[in-house]
Amino acid sequence: MIRQALIDPFSDFEFMRRALAAVIALSLGSGPIGVFLMLRRMSLVGDAMAHAILPGAAIGFLLSGLNLFAMTTGGLIAGFAVALLSGLVSRSTGLKEDASLATFYLASLAIGVTIVSVKGTNIDLLHVLFGNILAMDDPTLLMVAGNATITLLVLAVIYRPLVIESVDPLFLRTVSRAGAPAHLIFLGLIVVNLVNGFQALGTLLAVGLMILPAGIARFWSRDVTPMICIAVASAIVSGYIGLVLSFQTRIPSGPAIILVASLLYLGSVLFGRVGGVLPQLFPGRHLEA
Amino acid sequence: MKRLLPALSLFLALLPSVPASAQTRPNVVTSFSILADFARRVGGDRISVTSLVGPDSDAHVYTPTPHDAKDVGAARLLIVNGLGLEGWLPRLQQASGSKAPIIVATQGITPRKRGADADPHAWQSVGNARVYVRNILDALVAADPADAAVFQANAERYLAELDALDQEVRAEIGKIPPERRKVISTHDAFGYFADAYGIQFIAPLGVSTETEPSARDVAEIIVQVRKDKIPAVFLENFNDDRLVGRIAAETGAKIGGTLYSDALSEENGPAPTYIAMVRHNIRALTSALGR
Repeated sequence: MIRQALIDPFSDFEFMRRALAAVIALSLGSGPIGVFLMLRRMSLVGDAMAHAILPGAAIGFLLSGLNLFAMTTGGLIAGFAVALLSGLVSRSTGLKEDASLATFYLASLAIGVTIVSVKGTNIDLLHVLFGNILAMDDPTLLMVAGNATITLLVLAVIYRPLVIESVDPLFLRTVSRAGAPAHLIFLGLIVVNLVNGFQALGTLLAVGLMILPAGIARFWSRDVTPMICIAVASAIVSGYIGLVLSFQTRIPSGPAIILVASLLYLGSVLFGRVGGVLPQLFPGRHLEA
Repeated sequence: MKRLLPALSLFLALLPSVPASAQTRPNVVTSFSILADFARRVGGDRISVTSLVGPDSDAHVYTPTPHDAKDVGAARLLIVNGLGLEGWLPRLQQASGSKAPIIVATQGITPRKRGADADPHAWQSVGNARVYVRNILDALVAADPADAAVFQANAERYLAELDALDQEVRAEIGKIPPERRKVISTHDAFGYFADAYGIQFIAPLGVSTETEPSARDVAEIIVQVRKDKIPAVFLENFNDDRLVGRIAAETGAKIGGTLYSDALSEENGPAPTYIAMVRHNIRALTSALGR
């Protein structure tokens, strides 16, 4: 019975196996990114970035019609441009990161909407850009997995400056110049993973798989490395349970995955070892003499 | 006398040797592109036709623009499909201050029921298209009696073309083996077509096309296609052709091409006119279902 519910969907249907593979690849990339976003108090940046991608997708559409590759590339370029420009402005002026990002993404969104309306069709571009986790064909699956690989490799390279800057930016500035480039590269990784997530989950749910697991992990560890592991693991678990849930109950897969992650988050808020509500109310006995 | 009258009015219509200029041609506004094509064929160069919902756009989800209100305000005649397709029209007409009469082109067609509501896609059967054309002819004649003979002649010619088209569709479908005359389709637009020509459009059970499909929905479609040995899937309004590709890959069914249902394509597309649209659809069906 349990086997039937949990394993048969995947052994009977190839699209379920592909969906699971995609969600695991996504989790591996988005988990660590989400943790760093949270540590740097940038959790809402993902949301803003998602909007910044529109003009790129629109230009791709203008140049080559409804071509998924062109629109994805355009979206990547637009996202990078906004990330770079806002990163540069906040690093070289007094404007805070969130404010400069907000202005750039709004400008970008306006350009995107203008381009779309000049072309004058009422096809929803972002809708075309957004895929469905149940529709993983070979190119999409390879792209998702490839992007996750790149993310992990790049993160390994910039890991030290990124961690130090997240916890003590002043110290990093005194010992190294790696802070700014690491930050910009990190912004680029956010864009890559967002576009990646769009392919699989669609709309803002892509942001969900990035931020929610990080939120979960925060309640179970104080150290960065275990936090990243917990984030990745909880993202994968949400993906698996979400797919099974979608198979058994007709909830669309994207929302199902994020719903499961939200429940895990709720559980972590209540029971989390680090700062959870219940452990705070009923502290353990280990502090007693 | 009855035969003399059109001839006489034709003569009268031809008397002013200069054709009526663009300013004086009556403006006919139609709600969507297929009606516009009918009206153009009947009206010819004696009327100017504007379609509110243009080619490649969906009349179900259309939102009127101020420009459309202007068009409606300037219209001598408004041609609509009726059967609940143009829910937005009453408000638009009120907003535009138009006094133009509204002609319901489906007048006289017995609507199919889709649940409690009528299915508006009556034009998908060529037989019904003839009714549309006659209704439009009557409306144009009433609005512009001076050109009645021209309209009459245009309509006769067009109706003959539609007759030939109807025969052609039946002949093409006759070539498909009867046991293969079924497709899975989430299109709810082909009810009239299915009734008239005997191709089954099997809707995937319990699948709504408006929302994102769940894993269960996709699994059920796959099971159904395998079980009923359905030769082809036409699911393009799943919005994501990769999903349809996935279903086809797991069942061995062919992926049907695009079926035009609610709108014509642009001028240079595959279905710029009604007749081209029907031909395009029938070619898509026969190439997917034939052996």
